[in-house]
Amino acid sequence: MNVEVAGTAAAKPDGPLKLAVPRGALLGDTLNVLDAAGVDTTAVRGESRALIFPGEEITLVTMRPSDVPTYVEAGAADVGITGKDVLLEQSDRMVYELLDLDYGRCRMVLAGRRGDERLGEAQRRLGMMRIATKYPRIAERHFESTGRQIETIEVKGSVELAPLIGLADGIVDLVATGRTLEENDLEVREEIVECTARFVANRVAHKLRAEEIDDLTAKLREATAR
Amino acid sequence: MIHPIPPGTRDILPDEMRELRRLHLALIEVFEDRGYGEVTTPAIEYDEVLARGDGRTADSAYRFFDERGDLLALRSDMTVPIARLVASRFADAEGPLRFCYLANAFRAVRPQRGQMREFAQAGVELIGAPAPTGTVEVIEVLEGALDAAGLDRAVIGLGDADLFRQLLAELGVEGDERNTILSRLATHDLVGLEQELSRAGIGAKQVDTCVALSQLRGGREVLDEARKIGGTAVERATARIGETFEALEARGAAERVQVDLGLLRDLGYYSGAILEVYDPALGHVLGGGGRYDSLLERFGVDLPAAGFALYLERVHVAKLEEESRRGAPS
Repeated sequence: MNVEVAGTAAAKPDGPLKLAVPRGALLGDTLNVLDAAGVDTTAVRGESRALIFPGEEITLVTMRPSDVPTYVEAGAADVGITGKDVLLEQSDRMVYELLDLDYGRCRMVLAGRRGDERLGEAQRRLGMMRIATKYPRIAERHFESTGRQIETIEVKGSVELAPLIGLADGIVDLVATGRTLEENDLEVREEIVECTARFVANRVAHKLRAEEIDDLTAKLREATAR
Repeated sequence: MIHPIPPGTRDILPDEMRELRRLHLALIEVFEDRGYGEVTTPAIEYDEVLARGDGRTADSAYRFFDERGDLLALRSDMTVPIARLVASRFADAEGPLRFCYLANAFRAVRPQRGQMREFAQAGVELIGAPAPTGTVEVIEVLEGALDAAGLDRAVIGLGDADLFRQLLAELGVEGDERNTILSRLATHDLVGLEQELSRAGIGAKQVDTCVALSQLRGGREVLDEARKIGGTAVERATARIGETFEALEARGAAERVQVDLGLLRDLGYYSGAILEVYDPALGHVLGGGGRYDSLLERFGVDLPAAGFALYLERVHVAKLEEESRRGAPS
């Protein structure tokens, strides 16, 4: 490391590439895809509680999916993987979205209580709906672009609770199988957007470590080819 | 007692101010040595005058009325005020004109992001010197500034603002569709770019071409790769970039320049060459610039122009990082 050959120093930032890996629901598929792309993930799969897993060419850094754009934008991580839902909600974060990885597929939906007309009724009578969500910006953008007004109620935990006990008329949330909705007597009313895992890069790293990032992008594309 | 200041503004204390002042002086010395005279313009201008320079975004976030009811705005960069100054005071002067500045500018911030509402920029404007010689001169001044700041690993990206505008026109994509595609390119949302291109009715092969083109960055070999793609827009842009790059090579000044066909700056007034500055020590862009050959015309003087601006505080942070890196045993 830090070996400099005159003239090439400018183009060769030091150290292995730092890749932000999302913990949680995306972790399993992410590790499989990384394996298929030739990135060693054995250490992350172990019992270790460490957050950083150094490697020869790539260092893996694990974090919450919603933190990935923050770290990548600042350049603390050079590249990362996170869900499109996170990128849409944090669309003002300046990260380069390089590749649709095509796993972790789920839908952002508007849901209400089954057979309950409160959503339509509120819209008709008050011209306004109360929507509980963890994704206030996605929700606001969706209703704004369809010409409706909502009052967003941001919640952190189980969003399904909100319409059940009268906090909101409906919810905007991410749905994978739809089971949670079903079990809570909720149904999908509108589909807002489909989300998958995405490969993102820091703006400066994309320029200064072009070769490494292009190489990793190509391997990931191959690993996730339909 | 604590008296708050607005988010995105800050006090600078003596230790930092001493270092910043030293950096100020080093940069201005580089500019002055090359014949760029320092100017200052008012921080507040008539909104109408600033909007003339950049009507598309009308970037000034802070507008207010004065005691006479006139609408004023805080400047969001120095390029537009200097264009105004040149048109008002130097319209008949023998060119080219060379000005430099170190000034604070103001932009809107998104909360809790560590962005600054008020920030210092150091830069130059070269007015009346066309491409490629004018562009080459500006890049050389920029290299001198980076050397003076001790950023020996910094890289200058060189692209072309007209490439994709003309390429899309060639493919028959116009109006809103074209603007959407350009904004996807500017944020480098490649997934969205592919979708928008397909939506605009462009064939799969040409979609791949556009995406591949936006990813071409590196040494001069990038220009050859681009030429293989062909088409009038690509021909023209690679010829423009090639001309500048070759002139830099001839002067031994191309070593830290990276050809980047995907470069697209979102300021409305650029045309032809565009520049961005990176340093491996920092995850953010240090500055940028390029040509704006039609900006002066909006103020009634038809002169080609080019320039760059560095974010002083970011350059300072990168400088400290580079110094501690050089000082650290490897």
